[in-house]
Amino acid sequence: MGDIGLSQYLMVGAVLFVCGVVCMATKRNVIGVLMGVELVLNGSNVNFVAFSRYTPLGLDGQATALFVIVLAAAEAAVALAIALNFYNNHLTIDVDRGNELHG
Amino acid sequence: MIEQLLFWVFAILACGGAVAVVATHNVVRMAFWLVVSLGSVAALFFLLHADFLGAAQLLIYVGGTVVLLVFGVMLTASGPYNAIPTSPAEGIVGGAVGFLLLFVLVSSIGSVDWTEVSGRLPAVPAAPYLVDMTLAAKADESFVNTGSPRAKAEFAATQQQGRTVRQLGLGFLGLRPDRHLAEGDGKGSASGYFLPFEIVSVHLLVVLIGAAYLARAKRRVVPEGSMNVG
Repeated sequence: MGDIGLSQYLMVGAVLFVCGVVCMATKRNVIGVLMGVELVLNGSNVNFVAFSRYTPLGLDGQATALFVIVLAAAEAAVALAIALNFYNNHLTIDVDRGNELHG
Repeated sequence: MIEQLLFWVFAILACGGAVAVVATHNVVRMAFWLVVSLGSVAALFFLLHADFLGAAQLLIYVGGTVVLLVFGVMLTASGPYNAIPTSPAEGIVGGAVGFLLLFVLVSSIGSVDWTEVSGRLPAVPAAPYLVDMTLAAKADESFVNTGSPRAKAEFAATQQQGRTVRQLGLGFLGLRPDRHLAEGDGKGSASGYFLPFEIVSVHLLVVLIGAAYLARAKRRVVPEGSMNVG
């Protein structure tokens, strides 16, 4: 158990980011894709706060992380409304079914 | 020591929760693992002395966003076992790409000397200027004999770790008590966050109105020839 430094927190952020990207790419459920987006934003937040703690950036990282949290909440609200509309029109929530614009 | 132990516990919980979100197929279980992961990230924020941010993470993410997602699951569930399975080939390819991406990220994080990089940043006083009046008074009492302003600022900095609510609030009002504006490099790097705060407020209002408009209850319009989709 070594010292906890910046790179350990960056590793946690990297794992969260990769899990979010894989979740966005492989899930076929719209809600699952949204959860992947949340994981990606959380990984970035971990990086922001870790940099604000371990570098002389000070409070800037925390302020940016707060903006990220607010934007993630807004994005979740709009994306869920779109998902509900999609379900109302298609009776399914499988993203592979949303191919009407497919050429 | 206890801090290291807590870090490892919550880091493993956060990473394991994220991996479980990817690995499970049931949406409700995915939501549960997402709660575990987000809560552990909030605990990591507390360990990083970001107390207001950890509380906001718990309130907004775990209390708001995940509840919204669960409501979305309930409103769109078409059966008791609403799992849309990923095909194994897609899962294998996604996992391989994910491991490669993780390898790239971890190797690049490990190859950078972060102390040297942070030393290259513009020299900003890391010690916050004395905002908290009680702490300032305490610092005055403690260092009344030595009288060294630098030691005073360092004492206040150590005492002030984790108390970020007032500084964040002042920062959103456009004030930066933790920076000395005259010591900046002249590029406005120490400015406040008043304009982004207003923009994000209006953005949130617009988004909520739009979401309520999009998700409003209305009679379902069934165009001809599209019923075979369901």
